[in-house]
Parts: sequence; structure tokens; C-alpha cells
Amino acid sequence: MAVGILALQGAFAEHAAVLDKLGVPHFEIRQKRDLDQPMNGLIIPGGESTVMNKLLRELDLYDTLREQIQNGLPVFGTCAGLILLAKQIDGGIPCFSVMDIRVKRNAYGRQLGSFFTDDRFGGSERIPMTFIRAPYIESVGNNVEVLSIVDSNIVAAQQDNMLVTAFHPELDMDLTVHQHFIRMVEQFRLKNAR
Amino acid sequence: MSVQYKLNKELAQMLKGGVIMDVTTPEQAKIAEAAGACAVMALERIPADIRAAGGVSRMSDPKMIRGIQEAVSIPVMAKCRIGHFVEAQVLEAIEIDYIDESEVLSPADDVYHIDKTQFKVPFVCGARDLGEALRRIAEGAAMIRTKGEPGTGDVVQAVRHMRAMNAEIRRVQNLREDELFEAAKQLQVPVELLRSVHENGRLPVVNFAAGGVATPADAALMMQLGAEGVFVGSGIFKSGDPAKRAAAIVKAVTNYTDAKLIAELSTDLGEAMVGINENEIALLMAERGK
Repeated sequence: MAVGILALQGAFAEHAAVLDKLGVPHFEIRQKRDLDQPMNGLIIPGGESTVMNKLLRELDLYDTLREQIQNGLPVFGTCAGLILLAKQIDGGIPCFSVMDIRVKRNAYGRQLGSFFTDDRFGGSERIPMTFIRAPYIESVGNNVEVLSIVDSNIVAAQQDNMLVTAFHPELDMDLTVHQHFIRMVEQFRLKNAR
Repeated sequence: MSVQYKLNKELAQMLKGGVIMDVTTPEQAKIAEAAGACAVMALERIPADIRAAGGVSRMSDPKMIRGIQEAVSIPVMAKCRIGHFVEAQVLEAIEIDYIDESEVLSPADDVYHIDKTQFKVPFVCGARDLGEALRRIAEGAAMIRTKGEPGTGDVVQAVRHMRAMNAEIRRVQNLREDELFEAAKQLQVPVELLRSVHENGRLPVVNFAAGGVATPADAALMMQLGAEGVFVGSGIFKSGDPAKRAAAIVKAVTNYTDAKLIAELSTDLGEAMVGINENEIALLMAERGK
């Protein structure tokens, strides 16, 4: 099993460190030939969504990744990654446009609006949540499960094979969200092996 | 470590692998964002022009900075003079995302840097070696960059600083625990910060390259030398085709080990900024603020 981490810009090394802790093999995706190897899951990290959106297209990664996500490849997007998966972006143009969520970018304002809190993720105990110039989800489609709400805004959700968080679980020591994603990856792999 | 300081260090983590571009107008900021900049640095004049104009250079007009904040959705940084904590207060008041306490502007204090622990807003500071970097971090800097020699198009100083920093980090890593106290004394830094370097083999904050980066190959050189991202100042808007050069530098930073791609990116970029050699310049900005 191996999880690909989109490594065009942003906090990809932090996700790699979490996967190391969980003993999950992973590799970086920087250009098209990196997609030649088998991939059981995809992580899209935090960073600047405008930068990643542009590089995905110019480095010719966009079509292949979008097709794989639509074919059920488990994908986990944090912050910028959430924005890239959304079908609707307030005042912006969608990138992969695969998940039925409407997203507000920089929803908490500039860096002075960044914050740390703790709250529940799905049925979990309270976990640490770091929001950096974060977006939140304004509304979701019927087939989307809301996993976290902070201050009455949706900050984590899942739709089939797609998991998104507005916060950065890769920055704190808690492994809950990544473990949840790895379970999705394992289920997908078992289903495909059958 | 305060929660805010942790968040500020983490914003720098989100900028890694990216290019931060100097811009002087909202139009330039839009060009930079469209080219793939992960943040922009708003300033009145780019360093090459500051160098040419001479005189005292200061923080930019807040109106200009606001114009840039409104023009783009990526983080906006701005420079204040070394030691000028009121310029920093002004930049915090207009909710800048990052303040660069910068040697590119005329220093306002020839002894003290700003006590950055008193601010909520994050600071990036220049450093030529490990000692300078850890002193700035002790003062509250949440991100470090090489000082380079801004506005010259000459990458030699950025290379020198990055090599010096990483050589010293490797040396500190190999010290015995009981040798750290003396090393801290020699470097004039707090021993706790030095211990963090000893244990982790890196600065406790993100470290970018800055100063003299003018081509995709320059940017990739700095990345291969260990930079976690790159600031590009005069190199873009002093060149023949800013949008194309900016986009090429962004891609070179993402794929900094792929020589074939960098060859492609270096092709037909138009004129690079003319540049001045280190030994031809009268004013070494990197000497400001130690």
C-alpha cells in the first residue's frame, strides 16, 4: 500500500511525518511521472490553493488525478486541499470540482484571524484543531456527511471516498483524522482486490 | 510557546515550497498571484530601485498596502525598518499577514531589533548565519530568510548565507550535550534554541532563501542548498517578461532537482535583470542588523 502526497507547494512534509508515525508508506507527487506507480490514496495538503491549482494544470497532473478521484480513489484534503476538491467556491473558480460542498476561502480573515481550538471529529473525543487563514464549508449536498462543526461552521466533512478538513491535523500530535483516512484507503484497497 | 507564535510559525509552514514575490502595485500583485506566488511582499520600490535612488527608505504607504491586500487572496507581507516597532505596529493595525523586519530599508535602530514577542502578527527576519538566525528567533521571529544582497541580481551572498547556516547546523548537531553551553556563548544565542537545533538538525522555524535570485536556476540552486522556499525581489519586475519569468521560477522551485525541466523553464525567458556584482556595490545591506 502507498499513499501519494501532492507536493507542489505547502505543508506536504508534515503529512509525510504523520504517515511515518502510522507506518504507512507514501510518496511525493511533483510531476506526471510520479503517478506511474500504484497509488491507494491521495493527500492534498495545506498551502496556497491558487498555486496548487495552477501547477496541477501546468504540470499536467490535473486530468489523471481528477479521473482517479472520480473512480473512487480515497482522497484527503486539508485547508487548500479542501478548496481544491469543492464544487463551489465563494467568489472563486473550482479546481477538481468533485465534492458537493460550497466553500468560503479565507473565511476567518487574515493571519490575525488564525486560531487553535479543540472539538469533535465524527464520533471522536475532542481533538486539537489548528486553523491557518482557513476556509470553512458554507453548505453541503445531501450525500455529504458533516464530521465537525466549530462555532456553527462546518470544518470537516466526507462524501464517499473524499474527506476534507478546514483545519490542519498534520500540525498537531493527534492521529485521529489520518487514522480515519487510512481506514478509507484500506477499505478501498480490499474492495479492489476482490 | 504562545498559541499565536505557534500559529505564526505554522503559516510559514504553509508557504514552504513556494515563491514570495516583491510587488509595488496591485497590478503587479495580480501578475504575481496569477504566476503562482504563494505570497507577495508589498513595498514602495523594489530593492534595485531603492539601491539606485539612495536616501532613506521606509515602510510603504498603508494605502498602497491596502490596495494590494484587496487585489489578491494570497498572504500579503510588508517590510518595516530594523528596530522601528511603530512601523510594525502600523502594519499590524492594517492586518498584514507577515512583517519583514528588513535590512533592505534604512535601519531605524543601530543597536536593537524589534521585540517581536510583543506582537500578534508574525515576523520574518534575515540572517547570514546560525547565530543571527537564533537571535532573531529569540526576539520572536517566526520565519527566517537569508539576507542575500537585495537588488543586485547576484545570488552569491544568499548562497554564502545558506551554506554558512547549514554548515553550522551540522556542526551543532555533532556536539556533545555538554558542549552546547559553550557553543551558545560563542554564537551569542539562548542555549534552549541551540539545543533544539542540536536535536532536530534544523532551525526551529521555516528558512527561505532571499536576495539576488534572478533565474529559475538560481531558485533551484537555493532549494538544492536546503532553502524551504524562495523570495524573489527585483529579479521579476526588473526583467523583460515578468509574468513568464515568475511562472518559470515557481515551477523550478516545485521541481528543483529536475534539470531537464529547469532547462525548459530557462528557455526564452527574455532579458534577465541586468544585475550588479557584489564587488561593484557601495552599500552592503546584509551588514545591517546583526
